[in-house]
Amino acid sequence: MFRQLTLTAAVALGLATGAAHAAGKEGEVYNYDFSFEGPFGSFDQMQLQRGLQVYTEVCSACHGLQYVPLRTLGDPGGPGLPEDQVRAYAEFYEVFDPTLFDGEGDFRPATPNDHFPGSQLAGAPDLSLMAKGRAGFHGPYGLGLNQFFKGMGGAEYIASLLAGYTGEEKEEAGAILYENKAFPGGWISMAPPLWGDDVIYEDGAPTDVESMSKDVAAFLMWTAEPKMMARKQAGFTGVLMLTVLTVLLYLTNKRLWAPIKRKAKQEAAE
Amino acid sequence: MSGIPHDHYEPKTGGEKWLHRRLPIVGLIYDTIMIPTPKNLNWMWIWGIVLTFTLVLMIVTGIILVMHYTPHVDHAFASVEHIMRNVNGGHMIRYIHMNGASLFFFAVYFHIFRGLYYGSYKEPREVTWIIGMLIYLLMMATAFMGYVLPWGQMSFWGATVITGLFGAIPFIGDTLLIWLQGGPSIDNATLNRFFSLHYLLPFVILGLVIVHIWAFHTTGNNNPTGVEVRRASKEEAERDTLPFWPYFVIKDLFALALILAVFFAVVGFMPNYLGHPDNYIEANPLVTPAHIVPEWYFLPFYAILRAFDTEVWLVIAVDFLTAGIIDAKFFGVLAMFGAIVVLALAPWLDTSAVRSGRYRPMFKWWFWLFVVNFVVLTWVGARPAEGIYPYIALIASTYWFAYFLVILPLLGVIEKPLTQPETIEDDFNEHVAAAGGAKAAADPTPAE
Repeated sequence: MFRQLTLTAAVALGLATGAAHAAGKEGEVYNYDFSFEGPFGSFDQMQLQRGLQVYTEVCSACHGLQYVPLRTLGDPGGPGLPEDQVRAYAEFYEVFDPTLFDGEGDFRPATPNDHFPGSQLAGAPDLSLMAKGRAGFHGPYGLGLNQFFKGMGGAEYIASLLAGYTGEEKEEAGAILYENKAFPGGWISMAPPLWGDDVIYEDGAPTDVESMSKDVAAFLMWTAEPKMMARKQAGFTGVLMLTVLTVLLYLTNKRLWAPIKRKAKQEAAE
Repeated sequence: MSGIPHDHYEPKTGGEKWLHRRLPIVGLIYDTIMIPTPKNLNWMWIWGIVLTFTLVLMIVTGIILVMHYTPHVDHAFASVEHIMRNVNGGHMIRYIHMNGASLFFFAVYFHIFRGLYYGSYKEPREVTWIIGMLIYLLMMATAFMGYVLPWGQMSFWGATVITGLFGAIPFIGDTLLIWLQGGPSIDNATLNRFFSLHYLLPFVILGLVIVHIWAFHTTGNNNPTGVEVRRASKEEAERDTLPFWPYFVIKDLFALALILAVFFAVVGFMPNYLGHPDNYIEANPLVTPAHIVPEWYFLPFYAILRAFDTEVWLVIAVDFLTAGIIDAKFFGVLAMFGAIVVLALAPWLDTSAVRSGRYRPMFKWWFWLFVVNFVVLTWVGARPAEGIYPYIALIASTYWFAYFLVILPLLGVIEKPLTQPETIEDDFNEHVAAAGGAKAAADPTPAE
């Protein structure tokens, strides 16, 4: 398999500041362990709920999740919120409904059938697919072979980025840039969003910057790939059935050719 | 159909005779699947079935995707997400279709290299080869246009770069580019025509596949020795061949099942491995990705396209001699298409009378170097055009052309081929005996 990689992480985040900062060194992405990695890994429901909380209380101030239907928060394999909680959570958002007010449209509280709102700030990219729109690992020599072992690294990239601020700032062309170890080029226009203890978890999980970063990264992996559990299940069933079929066909083939080969061997001996 | 003597379909019952007089379709199917096939085909002869299956898989999954996809710049990206999130089984259908393209090219490259090694393109199979090349070109066009449909960043910018190649053609380039794109840039008109053609071309490919099969059923299959099946009598032919059904159907299905097991593992566990993260960002004409790269199966030709830049003396010389009509950009385009043209001309560039590489001691080395060269081109095509990479690309591209234009014509003259077996039967018997002697357990492979 030949894998080529692009290093374009700056593209969407660089919307506000231009792509000029894209050049330069590749970011340092730490290979965090996530429960959903590997062929049998699955999402940790509690982690997804914590990530949803971080997203809601911190990220959603600027960013959006426009491709994610709110009802999917109740889907099995995801955060798995009960139906009444999904409805209550949906009402937290306001959406524009063009059918209201005699066709002129008006805002109303969202229902589970609506999607999450889009980004609230012009420069903030939508996060629905961010975990698939970035690759954390590229090497060696751009072959991408380490993705075989580490995965694509989208969630790792997000967690590393959120936990990767050094505290340095600089002003460039009227905008403030923040130094970040994971961001390609090293300087990002997003101010550090997490400082530690930004949220209070109901399950008492740690709320240091790294833990929250991992939680929201896991949640964003789910928003990007909500059918991951179903996909792995289908993949496993498919591989299993095809393996059985392969063995049966191997035996059939062997038996089918046996008399032909016996005859060939006799003739070769003569 | 085949020139090899064999039994033909005889209608037995009254109903069969009735139909056969009016439409001999059962006879056609019978003769097609019972075609005498050389006994000694090895595992490199399985790719045809894999490719046929993949074509059908792509058409079936594609037709389902079309039911939910919206070909409009404002809705295309969202409709793909709709398929991934809301359509029952949509995520699997889409991932199968997406990775199916890689399976298709993976198989076709093995199929083409098989033909190159065993001289399958040589007399009398040139037409089969040329039709195969047409199929390959259409596959590339179809895959390229299909990649544009999700309307991600790489879709958009890939389309910009590739259609831009036509803009490099002197005099008519600009007009042609606008005509192809349906406007001054990649926009809704481009997306719509790509969608239309992406739906149409697979059926053209299907038609050509039937002609491809018809052509090699007329000449008979090549085989690892390159020696022709004896055709003087049916008895003689039967000593060299076995009917396609059941011997090769079962063998091919075994290989197909094994390949599909691996394919399903990729789809189930790492479906995005062969794609670009950028294509999960919606197309934005205002933001250029830092590094635009095509899908892996185009990389060798992309490397050739980029290899001939303004610093290559040949390019400078041609630019000067043609008074700038063939500039570096157009030279690159010519080189890329030329690379496929010389591949298609292999039957006439290869002067050796011996078909199979097995009996060509010098050819073997050059062939395997060509394979390695292909891998290098694929790798270097994905690297940025800076530092040492342009030099590697230039050397590898040069070898591509040298292989077809210098090495193949010369080898036929200077090489002293080894003795080929008298008959396919001899090769088969010898091989089976050798395999049986080395390994006590019967080898499932009929040859190699």
